[in-house]
Amino acid sequence: MKPRALAHTPYHPRWYRPRVSTYWWLHQWSYARFVLRELTSIFVAWFVLLTLFGLRALERGPAAYAAYLAWLRRPTVVAIDAISFLFVLFHAVTWFSLAPRAMVLRVGGKRVPEKVIAGAIYAVWVVISVVLGRFLLGG
Amino acid sequence: MARRQLEPFLWALFSAGGVVAALFIPVHLFLWGVAVPVTGITPPSYAAALAAAQHPAARLYLLAICSLPLFHWAHRFRYTLYDGLQVKHLNEIINTFCYGGAIAGTAAAVYLLWRI
Repeated sequence: MKPRALAHTPYHPRWYRPRVSTYWWLHQWSYARFVLRELTSIFVAWFVLLTLFGLRALERGPAAYAAYLAWLRRPTVVAIDAISFLFVLFHAVTWFSLAPRAMVLRVGGKRVPEKVIAGAIYAVWVVISVVLGRFLLGG
Repeated sequence: MARRQLEPFLWALFSAGGVVAALFIPVHLFLWGVAVPVTGITPPSYAAALAAAQHPAARLYLLAICSLPLFHWAHRFRYTLYDGLQVKHLNEIINTFCYGGAIAGTAAAVYLLWRI
């Protein structure tokens, strides 16, 4: 019998596409890591919500600000924030490790090694975090 | 087609938001979300926080760390749903939810920063 795929079809052939399981990303660690990296965006959005709540509290007055600070101390909120911090950290590390590949720098005709660019980015990150951290705590 | 011209712009917003989120958000989340509530470091008083946020540079900065990361989220989350759940038929709803959410969040940030 002649295989169907080799026969002439007047229209575009239908490809054989096996259905992929919804949980395809659980089968291998590298896939799971990819999905975890993509999910970091949810925690980035959570941070923005947190900031918007804070701005709303500032807009409403001292009582609202005190309530906001009390809300931040609730165990569930602290737990979500701690998990979000880890995910955002994961986002930062994966983002910084990709950046040297996305932007190729050349000095004197030679390509600057990835590690040098990554190191510079991490140095800038540390400086920003320290300066911003002092400012955020009212220093 | 409008969509084809929009896509590179959305990718640029995704990248800009990714950079902003990576550089600035960890320290914010760590200090305000974990360190202050857990260790009992005194956060700035209402007056100090308000005065700091009212500075023009701070307003611009706060707008940037609200808006750009939201567009980053919108783009990435859209593709996460697309790859992870295989829900092609829901594309329109997902796009509206993601980019609409980012636009709404930006509008809220502009409004609040205008009012304080």
